[in-house]
Amino acid sequence: MSTILKVAFRNILRNRRRSFMTGSAVAAGVTAMLLFGGFANYIFTSLETRSVQQTGHLTVFRSGYFLFGAGNAAAYGIDGYRSLVEAIRLDRELGPMINVVTPTQSLLGIAGNFADGNDASKTFLGIGVIASDRDRMRQWDEFKTGLITPPDPRFSDKEESHGLVGLGLARILLLCRPLALNCPAPPEQVARKSAGPVNADIADLAGREAGGVAAKADGLPQIDLLAATAGGAPNVVNLTVAGADPQGVKELDDNYVEMPLGLAQQLVYGRAEHKVTGIVLQLNRSEDMPAARARLAQLFKERGADLEVRDFSELNPFYGQVRGMFSAIFLFISLVMGMIVLFAVVNTMTMNVMERTSEIGTIRAMGVKRGGIRWQFIAEGALIGAIGASAGTVFAILVAALVNHGGLSWVPPGNANPVPLSVYVANRPGLILRAWTILVAVSVVAALLPANRAARLSVVDALRHV
Amino acid sequence: MPPVVRLTHVEKTYKAEAIEVAALRGIDLEISPNRFSMLIGASGSGKTTLLNLIGCIDTPTRGTVEVAGQQIGTLSDDALAEFRARNIGFIFQNFSLVPVLSAYENVEYPLLLVGMPAAERRDRTLAMLEAVGLAKQAKQRPNELSGGQRQRVAIARALVKGPQIVLADEPTANLDSATGAAIIDLMRRVQAESNTTFIFATHDPHLMSHADQIVTIRDGMLIDPTPGAAA
Ligand SMILES: Nc1ncnc2c1ncn2[C@@H]1O[C@H](COP(=O)(O)OP(=O)(O)OP(=O)(O)O)[C@@H](O)[C@H]1O
Ligand SMILES: [Mg+2]
Repeated sequence: MSTILKVAFRNILRNRRRSFMTGSAVAAGVTAMLLFGGFANYIFTSLETRSVQQTGHLTVFRSGYFLFGAGNAAAYGIDGYRSLVEAIRLDRELGPMINVVTPTQSLLGIAGNFADGNDASKTFLGIGVIASDRDRMRQWDEFKTGLITPPDPRFSDKEESHGLVGLGLARILLLCRPLALNCPAPPEQVARKSAGPVNADIADLAGREAGGVAAKADGLPQIDLLAATAGGAPNVVNLTVAGADPQGVKELDDNYVEMPLGLAQQLVYGRAEHKVTGIVLQLNRSEDMPAARARLAQLFKERGADLEVRDFSELNPFYGQVRGMFSAIFLFISLVMGMIVLFAVVNTMTMNVMERTSEIGTIRAMGVKRGGIRWQFIAEGALIGAIGASAGTVFAILVAALVNHGGLSWVPPGNANPVPLSVYVANRPGLILRAWTILVAVSVVAALLPANRAARLSVVDALRHV
Repeated sequence: MPPVVRLTHVEKTYKAEAIEVAALRGIDLEISPNRFSMLIGASGSGKTTLLNLIGCIDTPTRGTVEVAGQQIGTLSDDALAEFRARNIGFIFQNFSLVPVLSAYENVEYPLLLVGMPAAERRDRTLAMLEAVGLAKQAKQRPNELSGGQRQRVAIARALVKGPQIVLADEPTANLDSATGAAIIDLMRRVQAESNTTFIFATHDPHLMSHADQIVTIRDGMLIDPTPGAAA
């Protein structure tokens, strides 16, 4: 065995140039796979971090809400949610796993801006949250991505009627000027014509229910939010728009309203019992998800509550889609690199066998079996592959380190702001092992063909070959 | 003593592009053990073909070959390799050393094939290099040795495992006459010391004087098949 490796290694050195070219092909393959794989890993991790920061790991809903509730959120309120939140927080099993547990209320409605002679309205998609919990969730960074958002001072627990909207919604509601946003004005005639009977009705309702609408002393604009209560009656609340942020996806950007939980509850439930649509759990560690889920199911059973749990990948289908796409690209790159390595190694090993035909004859005459010849050339292919793959690994780690410290940034799809660009290679031993093993295995497979040909040579024919 | 090689009615025909070439045409031959035998014949007469059969790296078209008491026609390819590893040493015209191995490693190689323990392997290899006068060159690779030195490494390699038979196919053809003569002297000496059967093929009749037994071949047939003609 050691002779086989010794002979293999020395022959690789002997055909230095040829071995170098082949090894380089393997190295390039591993480098490509590791850099792309490392980038994909970074994408998965930052996407997971973002998702967990926004929607937590798990959300508890009334059964059926996730599939049917979006059209009628008010009907799927969780009864007695305060005691449930407390129970989860104090649970001996769940408690230690949990970073944040917080109730949220989703709602649909119509938002209108009728102040200062404006006359604009738009359906909206609202979410009521507890600002301090939201801020704490945004600090979650289990994987040390550095993607932490500082607490948002525009919307804290103190302001009971302050909220944020999507940039698109702000534009549509003609809030660009009052919010000092840099966005275009609507075409003149359309804007003037759009005032219709619906707006008049809403304005009416708002005027009646919430009193006159005027800009507040702090200069922030106010809008009216209209929705149907759980009982079916129309209801209006007043929201002070503290800011507008781009939301990445236009649909969301044009619809998004974030408001204090209390305000959302007031709008949806009026004077009836205040409920919530979801209870969000953010765990300390993502790997606790299955355990937490299991314990929640047990807890619901004990309490006889008809609730269900969804995780962040169910709430953000985008996460799974991106994972799927990157995995497919990784597979494709692996295939291309595998083919290149296959051809390079087949070519080199075929040349090696041809050149050493008479040597093969000699050692066969001395008593080396066919299997011994086969192993000799397989070992050579494997060794070239292993050396090349190891060099490629080192190279990829260096390049990744360079990228990570190079201060590059980019805007991921669905994101509104640039984030630092990273490549996770050195801290992904599984990825390294996979890329390395795949291309070494391809090298072995590629060597198999020439090795078999060498083993099948007749001794006499091989000896006559000069 | 029974002959160490016995060929009975051996024929060997090569098929080259539909033309059949009869390289050996009915050979009956016995070779006595522990002799320095010489196989003499013109170029193309069939010397290499005959040696290949004796060396168990080729099989006859007809007839039987028995080497060291073993019918070789009945053995599988692996068994034949095993048999060669234990019983037969080869010396080739073009030296045929493994280029990436040193003189020492080339000589050691056959001992690895028979699985000899390391300490014994080392002693034997060093002794053999000493015997062919290359103790100082042990670490050198073949391309750092002269032709004569290479052939001496090849002789050491063929003999190191103490085989029953050593086959040398024109081992001096690529050497100048003085070096060739030295190689023949060396082979004679180690043959006598090691009690091995040596079969030496050459087309040079001048070397006949060195032989214990002479076999002459012409056009694939033996001219004087009487065994042990000279003594
Ligand atoms: N593989 C082969 N295919 C076809 N013919 C062959 C083959 N090997 C040998 N021959 C023929 O068989 C005959 C004997 O060849 P062989 O090599 O045994 O001769 P030789 O005595 O060793 O000659 P030399 O002294 O030149 O080495 C020659 O006519 C040769 O052309
Ligand atoms: Mg010949």
